[in-house]
Amino acid sequence: MKAWLRHHRQSLVQTAARLAGAPFSSLLSVLVIGIALALPLGGYSLLVNMQGYVEGLAADPEISVFMSSEASKSDVAEVGRRLKELGGIKSLRFVPRDVALAGLKKTPGFADAVATLKNNPLPDAYIVALASRDPDLAARIEETLRALPRVTHVQSDMGWVQRVEAWLRVGRTGVMLLAAMLSFALVAATFNTIRLQILTQRSEIEVAKLIGATDSFICRPFFYFGAALGVLGGSAALAMVWGAFALLNLDVAKLASLYTSDFRLRFLEAADAVSLVAFSAVLGWLGAFLSVSRHLAQIEPR
Amino acid sequence: MQPIISFSHVSKRYPGGFEALHEVSLDIAPGQMVFITGHSGAGKSTMLKLIAGIERATSGMVLVNGQNVSAMKPAAIPYLRRNLGLVFQDQKLLYDRSVFDNVMLPLLVTGQPHREAARRARAALDKVGLLDREKANPIALSGGEQQRLCIARAVVNRPSILIADEPTASLDVDYARTIMEMFLSFHQVGVTLLVATHDQGTIERMQPRRVALDHGKLSPDSTAEASP
Repeated sequence: MKAWLRHHRQSLVQTAARLAGAPFSSLLSVLVIGIALALPLGGYSLLVNMQGYVEGLAADPEISVFMSSEASKSDVAEVGRRLKELGGIKSLRFVPRDVALAGLKKTPGFADAVATLKNNPLPDAYIVALASRDPDLAARIEETLRALPRVTHVQSDMGWVQRVEAWLRVGRTGVMLLAAMLSFALVAATFNTIRLQILTQRSEIEVAKLIGATDSFICRPFFYFGAALGVLGGSAALAMVWGAFALLNLDVAKLASLYTSDFRLRFLEAADAVSLVAFSAVLGWLGAFLSVSRHLAQIEPR
Repeated sequence: MQPIISFSHVSKRYPGGFEALHEVSLDIAPGQMVFITGHSGAGKSTMLKLIAGIERATSGMVLVNGQNVSAMKPAAIPYLRRNLGLVFQDQKLLYDRSVFDNVMLPLLVTGQPHREAARRARAALDKVGLLDREKANPIALSGGEQQRLCIARAVVNRPSILIADEPTASLDVDYARTIMEMFLSFHQVGVTLLVATHDQGTIERMQPRRVALDHGKLSPDSTAEASP
């Protein structure tokens, strides 16, 4: 057991020495893996950001219910009473037509136009905030609201939220496909790196076999090397995306300030970053495993 | 006494049909010094390779320490080899590391603690007279020194059997004599010694047991015991 642990330590030291021994080619391998991972990682991070933004906007989906302009005060009160009885609603707000007009007068660009009006064309309205983002619930409530007497128009903002979410789903599938393809590229890159290493260490492997080294003793440093390439490549991808986001945020900040928003691109959560590095380590190990099982048997002492 | 190495009706045919050994049977007792002689192509190297599990017998049985090498699982071969010290004509040294690290390799393979391993590696280097060259790269050593380094690597794990394939073939007479005297000293502490050679001078001087091969068969020149 102690000897086994000792050998693992030796393998790690050896892996570090091999990486440091050929700094340029190590750097290239790490960069190839890093770039391959940075593309889907960047896409994924952007999606996460957009998702967060959309969810923030549509935290409380609202449905506006516009009364007919001919509706009497009692009609309006009646609708209000029935709305209160409705389930699945978080809050209810009544916007009388006078208030709506006053609000419009304060809106820059509309004030002049409103001033030319002889009478108020705006209807009374209820704004219903839904209790959940469940699209089925929204559709059902919308249906009920349309059936209310003296209601001319029902407008839900769930529609565009759903459209954006559908787009995000398309994006997510695209990123997944990209990630799957580039994972193959990562495995292939480690496969080839390890193959070259096995070839250059041919005589060492042969001697090790002659003096009684087990296959696992010989393979282990290659597995470590593959996993190390994965860890370094994954970290390089994180660094690239982080750098790109930092750069983009300079522009995003200006853009957001024009919209009086303090929106910023947010980098991955720590847990996501750690699982990315772990995932890439596993892929590197897999590449090394495939390469070793393919090439090591070909080296037998003669 | 039970033989440490035993061949019974061993034949080895290489792909392509060349038969290197034909129906060879012999027993080697623990601690014996055996020289395998014969013309080149007589099957000397093949015999040694069968013992180390580098080649497998086509028919017959090769026993080492009571284990049938020809039927051994590949996973068991490393443990067989840890009991053997192998010395090659072409040394098979690693030129990307120092003399010291070359000797350390077998100890790392068997998982010795580093301090103990370093001590044993230095002891082995001392035995072959290379202690003052431990930091050198093997490429800087002379042919005779490289062969001595190969011996140090073979004995550092204290094997019970030492096997050398033409260890002196490329050396001049004086170097060859030093190498052979080293082998003799290991034999004297009880190591079973198998040397393939066609160096007649050494054989006459050391009077070992002789196994003579002729076209893959044991020849009548062989002796069952060392000469008195």
